[in-house]
Amino acid sequence: MGTILKNLGRFTLLRGVALFLTVLIGVYLTVVIANMGGAMDEALKMQIRLEVTQQVYQNPAYFNLPQTELQRLVNDLTQTRVREEGLDKPFLERSVGYTRNAITLSLGRSESIMSDTGSRLVRNILLDRLPSTLLLLGTAQMLLFFLALFWALFLSRRYGSFLDRAVIALAPTSAAPAWFYGLFLILIFAALLKVLPWGGLVESPPPQTTPGTIVSILRHLILPVGAVLMGAIFSSIYNWRTFFLMYSSEDYVELAKAKGLSSREIERRYILRPTLPPILTSFLLIVITMWMGAIVLETVFNWPGLGSLYYAAIQTGDTPIIVGTVVIFGYLLAATVFLLDFLYAALDPRVRLSFGGGRS
Amino acid sequence: MRTLRELRRYPSAVLGLSIIGIFIIVSIVTVIAIPYDEGIRLWRGGPGVWDYNARRAAPVWFDWFTRDRLPRTMVMYLDDATMTKGLIGDGMEQVEIMFDLEYPYDGFPKEFTLFFNGNLTASQANLSFYWWRPDGQVITVAQNRSIRAVRGRYPISQDMDLRDRLGAPPHMGLFAEDLDVNTSEMKPLKGDYRMVIEGEMPVGEGFHQVEMVIYGQVEGWGGTDHLRRDLIVGLLWGAPIGLIFGVLAAVGAQVSTFVLAGIGTWFGGKVDFSFRRLTELNMILPFLAILIMIAHLYSPSIWVILGIVIALNVFSASYLTYRAMFLQAKELPYIEAAQAYGAGSFRIVFTYLLPRALPILLPQFVLIIPTFVFLEATLAVLGLGDPQLATWGKMINDARQYSAMYMGQYYWMVLPSILLMTVGLGFALLGFSLDRVFNPRLREL
Repeated sequence: MGTILKNLGRFTLLRGVALFLTVLIGVYLTVVIANMGGAMDEALKMQIRLEVTQQVYQNPAYFNLPQTELQRLVNDLTQTRVREEGLDKPFLERSVGYTRNAITLSLGRSESIMSDTGSRLVRNILLDRLPSTLLLLGTAQMLLFFLALFWALFLSRRYGSFLDRAVIALAPTSAAPAWFYGLFLILIFAALLKVLPWGGLVESPPPQTTPGTIVSILRHLILPVGAVLMGAIFSSIYNWRTFFLMYSSEDYVELAKAKGLSSREIERRYILRPTLPPILTSFLLIVITMWMGAIVLETVFNWPGLGSLYYAAIQTGDTPIIVGTVVIFGYLLAATVFLLDFLYAALDPRVRLSFGGGRS
Repeated sequence: MRTLRELRRYPSAVLGLSIIGIFIIVSIVTVIAIPYDEGIRLWRGGPGVWDYNARRAAPVWFDWFTRDRLPRTMVMYLDDATMTKGLIGDGMEQVEIMFDLEYPYDGFPKEFTLFFNGNLTASQANLSFYWWRPDGQVITVAQNRSIRAVRGRYPISQDMDLRDRLGAPPHMGLFAEDLDVNTSEMKPLKGDYRMVIEGEMPVGEGFHQVEMVIYGQVEGWGGTDHLRRDLIVGLLWGAPIGLIFGVLAAVGAQVSTFVLAGIGTWFGGKVDFSFRRLTELNMILPFLAILIMIAHLYSPSIWVILGIVIALNVFSASYLTYRAMFLQAKELPYIEAAQAYGAGSFRIVFTYLLPRALPILLPQFVLIIPTFVFLEATLAVLGLGDPQLATWGKMINDARQYSAMYMGQYYWMVLPSILLMTVGLGFALLGFSLDRVFNPRLREL
């Protein structure tokens, strides 16, 4: 047990460091791309000018200066601050600073977007929106994983049945992304049947009581979560059922049957267990596309999360928010990979027992 | 060839191939019938391009599903009218233009407009308009209304004065069976109508072009949007663009990954290690977010986007799938034989290793195409579609932006969506079947 934990710990630590480095490179790339047209420089300059203007106009010492004098003062101070911030340094040097700011999400103020509490700090805005995205996609991912897992297991037992063939036939429908099904769900359940809301997180005006709010949020969750499920569930079931079928034709399963173990026992220990690592890998890829799909999905459903924030930032050209959202999506992807890698390691005996021969 | 014969055994493959074939034929026909520049011009619209199309009208086949005969757009030219002139002295003449029409539909038109063009020294003329109805009533539409001589318009349906007199929007009131009922209960009166336009003009001058347009509720095979554009242009042009974008992106992304996986596996060691790290980096890179950022900051042109999509997918997640395949193939005796006769590394990779894994590439390649077709639509839905071209995604975006769903214009969103879905399904069906043909282990499952 001790060695297992130690191996797991070492594996986790190493993966964590490697992933952090990867995120770092990713953020650096983002910064470079964002600033190739000088967008980040512009955003920073604008912020400096805004701050300086505020300082100058609010300083009692300058109250009776004429307007032209004040403008000149603002210009001079902005120039000095720009030099202090190192904006005239070569890009390589600046990009390091930008990356540091981006990694810690200290991207200053947004240009026009505000958080619910009225804050203009990029970090506040991002953290404000994070929970609703986590709620939406977390629910969808959990539901997808367990529904598809149990359904796949169920079908692998009823291989060749009508239900099984129906799922095979439906698997190609996963070619369309979630937002696409979202449009149809909105069309059917909101526009035609008028039974579920068009979008948003809660009703407006929001219900006064906590249970009322929860019910309202759940009602608003149904369509977007349904859209995510429709966009991924059939191909997942199909793929995972195939994994199950492959592993259930292994020799050791035959041996277990011959030994007279109950089918429940066989399923749990000899089929589910070895199949989980490939299923996790397949799920990882789905989850990664799902995080990215959030941008359109939330926009379509008007869900106040990171995705619709990103859309709003693109619409208004709010560079600090754009960079910040890309970074936070990078974190989310890395966290997903890390979590699933950890589960993978915990399940894979090769990693658990001897780290040296780990996943290659 | 053997593969084709084998594929025929799978109904889903046949279905997929036929769908793809139909779309390829439609694309070719479209590109020939509406050339690229013409497509862009039509989609840009502007004055004179779609003036005589109804706004936000459903497709014409819509009334196959309703019991009513829905009104279509009626355009009448000066040639269809009877014009009489009579001298009244002072070098002036009385001009009378009569448009006769039969209104056979069960619904009201959407709009009613008259267009004028002529040569007048006065740059405008005062005209009077009278509307003769089948029940014998004559409604004075307007008297002495001044009409510009060059590109003059009289939007009757927006005439507020007439609206007040009729107690209903003019395009309804003029055609209503009974004017005293509520607008929601009004029924159109079928029969022969006549529009009489009268005015005095100097001899030798006048309007050489007068058009009367009664905009219908259905228009064209694809319906129209908020700019009166015939959606069929977009629906047709969406096919070649979607196919080209999907296929080129898939070729660029999958083939590069495939070749790199072959090289990485063959050389192994540091090359393989760094390639795998790059794949991992690519996995964590928020692909769509970065793509959107680039489209926003630099250029939303579809060809630029295509290049970036390929560049960001060189080390796609398929690297690991291909690598697993190559690791097995690398150990096969014939590769050893090639080494023994002194083949160089690149020769081995390109002539022996890569062809061996082609059966894995093909299904993956076909299966990834819909992803890219939908990717283009995704960008368009976010408002980052190509600014000039008509694509399915852009039509969905327009439909969303101009609240087609709130206003019940479902065709606007549903038609491009169905086409997107059909193309996606075509490739997915073929891909799944190819997967079964080439991976015998899957075949019996």
